[in-house]
Amino acid sequence: MRSILAVLLSVFTATVSATPFPSTYQPLPSSPTLITNATILTGDGRRLDEADMYISDGKVVWVGEGTVPSDGVNTIDASGKWLTPGIIDVHSHLGVYPSPGVAAHSDGNEATAPVTAEVWAEHSVWPQDPGFSRAIAGGITTLQILPGSANLFGGRSVTLKNIPKNTYQAMKFPGAPYGLKMACGENPKRVYGGRKQAPSTRMGNVAAYRASWIRAQRYIRDWEQYEQKMAKKSANVEDDSDNNSNSALAAALIKPPKRDLELETLAGVLKGEILVHMHCYRADEMMTILDMADEFGYKLGTFHHGVEAYKIADELANNDVCGALWADWWGFKMEAYDGIQENIAMVDRPENSCAIVHSDSDEGIQRLNQEAAKAMSKGQAAGLDIPPERAIRWITSNAAKSLGIAEQTGTLTPGKMADVVIWNQNPFSVYAKAQQVFIDGAMVFDRDNSALQPVSDFELGQLLEAAQ
Amino acid sequence: MKLGFITVLLTFTCSIALAQDLLIMGANLHTQSDAGVIENTDILIKDGRIAKIAPRIPTNKMIKVINANGRPVTPALFAGVTVSGLSEVEAVSEAVDSSYRELYTELMHPEFDVRMAYNPHSSVIPITRVEGFGFALLAARGGDKTLSGHGGLVRFDGGYDSFEGKPVVYVQTSGRSAASVGGSRVAHWMLLNQTFAEAMTDEDLTLITPQGAALLKSASDDGLFLFHADRAADIMRVLAFAAEHKLSPVIHGGSEAWMVAKSLADAGVPVILNPLENLPASFESLGARLDNAAILHKAGVPIIFSSGETHNARKVRQLAGNAAANGLPHSAALAAISSTPAEVFGAEPRSASEGARADLVIWSGDPLEVTSQAQQVILGGIPDTMVSRQTLLRDRYLDTDSAMPRAYINP
Repeated sequence: MRSILAVLLSVFTATVSATPFPSTYQPLPSSPTLITNATILTGDGRRLDEADMYISDGKVVWVGEGTVPSDGVNTIDASGKWLTPGIIDVHSHLGVYPSPGVAAHSDGNEATAPVTAEVWAEHSVWPQDPGFSRAIAGGITTLQILPGSANLFGGRSVTLKNIPKNTYQAMKFPGAPYGLKMACGENPKRVYGGRKQAPSTRMGNVAAYRASWIRAQRYIRDWEQYEQKMAKKSANVEDDSDNNSNSALAAALIKPPKRDLELETLAGVLKGEILVHMHCYRADEMMTILDMADEFGYKLGTFHHGVEAYKIADELANNDVCGALWADWWGFKMEAYDGIQENIAMVDRPENSCAIVHSDSDEGIQRLNQEAAKAMSKGQAAGLDIPPERAIRWITSNAAKSLGIAEQTGTLTPGKMADVVIWNQNPFSVYAKAQQVFIDGAMVFDRDNSALQPVSDFELGQLLEAAQ
Repeated sequence: MKLGFITVLLTFTCSIALAQDLLIMGANLHTQSDAGVIENTDILIKDGRIAKIAPRIPTNKMIKVINANGRPVTPALFAGVTVSGLSEVEAVSEAVDSSYRELYTELMHPEFDVRMAYNPHSSVIPITRVEGFGFALLAARGGDKTLSGHGGLVRFDGGYDSFEGKPVVYVQTSGRSAASVGGSRVAHWMLLNQTFAEAMTDEDLTLITPQGAALLKSASDDGLFLFHADRAADIMRVLAFAAEHKLSPVIHGGSEAWMVAKSLADAGVPVILNPLENLPASFESLGARLDNAAILHKAGVPIIFSSGETHNARKVRQLAGNAAANGLPHSAALAAISSTPAEVFGAEPRSASEGARADLVIWSGDPLEVTSQAQQVILGGIPDTMVSRQTLLRDRYLDTDSAMPRAYINP
């Protein structure tokens, strides 16, 4: 009888804590690889010149000095080349706004209600988006796919490893936490205000966020109370062995709260299991959002876009919040009016900062190294000391921190995933190209070998006559 | 009367500003002419023009000297097809003048001249200029009309009438714009054929006004027609239409232009393209590829780069750099954002040679490299202040020890 009860309990527990749509990711085949004589940017702020690195079983084994088995090791001479961790883009809409950008593919914004925390970006991802393979050629090994910014709560994000598979589950980064996309400012108020519904103002935005968090708090409490009752009943079963079948039945009859996908996601944030990715441009609005996070006791993970982040760089660092930013976008809407090209460098300046270069673009993701190069050089021109080994963090380790995967990737640290890019030269250049890209130790792209250049189903066989 | 006074005043102001001669010493000069790159040369500038290019030019107290110290100097660059000075903030429709809609008529208006709305005091102009840009092509943006208006080149020198070159008429022929014009790209061609027939005979005008007809006629004689077309098949239709109506066409978009490079070269038709386009963004650009520019150049097609962006038009330098990284010779990539657009659109040459306008930029390094900066922009022989709203915002917030609010910091 006790086992039946356990099953009943576990069924109810499972309804809230299960992880549906699980990752089926498997690394591609790899062999132990020694890369020699490279300029290595480790991703944690160090630079090693004419250095070696050894990767095996999908992991970084050592960087700098170490031993290598006497046979079975593939050696790559990287003289004159540069080596970095795999590049991570924390803000992509590949798959949800894929190429070709036809209306039938427009799957990134569930713009039918301002609060849609219940939708999951992964259910929109089209794995055949040719953008994924273009991004591999730019050294992107991990990317976060976000819903758009029409809604206050846009839905869950998903973090993918950038291997060309037929399902998103097979790309899903094992163990990566979910993110929740939220949006400040003009977009939600324009989309819904334009329809004469709430929110139509910035104050309307904030009121609606707060109302949602209050519902989420209540939802957590309802489940806690239910679990307490169940625990109590369960204890009674233990005490009352004569009558245990009746007690077990009574326990089974305690009705759980109604499961709510939207509130499950919001509750996940309040419990610290889901990371908040907040689209927000203006400095004053970001400060409002930080206060709101304090009010409801959750952690704000990353502000995205933040064209005015440079105005509150200290506050962001003090609150341990990342800023995922563009190198030079500005002026496309009012809240982007004060954008400056030194934004990333100035957000990077305080101690304990977390500056990130993001793309939000199927073009930008292909050359995030160039975006970082622009930001680095503007910072240097403004007198800030930013060597490449520091700037590379903006597209590797800081990005990994933002996505909650810093333990697994983002730096070339022994034991971490062997996500690695070999560049033909200093990556902070318009002429730099990713020569070879490794994900979990497997070479997934080689510029000199067409057999290692993935082509999506969509692109196969197009323009046959033109290609002659 | 009033206008005349302003003109006099402007001329007067300019002549004062032009008074001082300028000498750039030790330039690594990318002439964008047959002279190629001249190493370690001096450049003397008088009355807004390049007076002399020679190894050692004697100076005197009356001449302002800028030492380039061996750094690259190029003509001021072309910012692409933009709405600079026509759009303060893209999403603030009341501050945008680049397209027409909901006119009282249902007619097309090729006579819609965006230059009438050009504002040289827009913050966009100095923000773009300090990055090394001296001119751009003003666009009449698409919307749902086959003929969306006309524009032309503008110099970023702060003048109200700093226009140059030929009138450029904007023509939409792509499938995306066709969705709102009869639901097929065929509708574009139908309307264009009818419009040109009406304009040339001047009778029974039903699609355009008499002014529109006059504009089309004059532009057929001495103007250019910028056809937005990406698909190879559409480009071939443009070539045929232009030949039939004796127009000078330019292809704008051209994702698949490489597929018809020979036809373009034979017809001598230039292509304005974005060399970063390598995705099948639509069924019109399935053939988009990174070496589009290199293939076109090799075939002898004049190429010009544009991102179509206005606020971030400065990115066009990165476009050229990427084209150079994908097979296009460095000098051709630089020409695509300097001398070629000037030549195609009928402006004064943007090559650094004696007698040419002194619109020059001194760079910290390779002008196509993303880590290089424009260190000094010179337009019409006048060194720019290198200040923009963005450099001021930067300087206001770069300071870390201010006890007072930032509003009190006015750099």
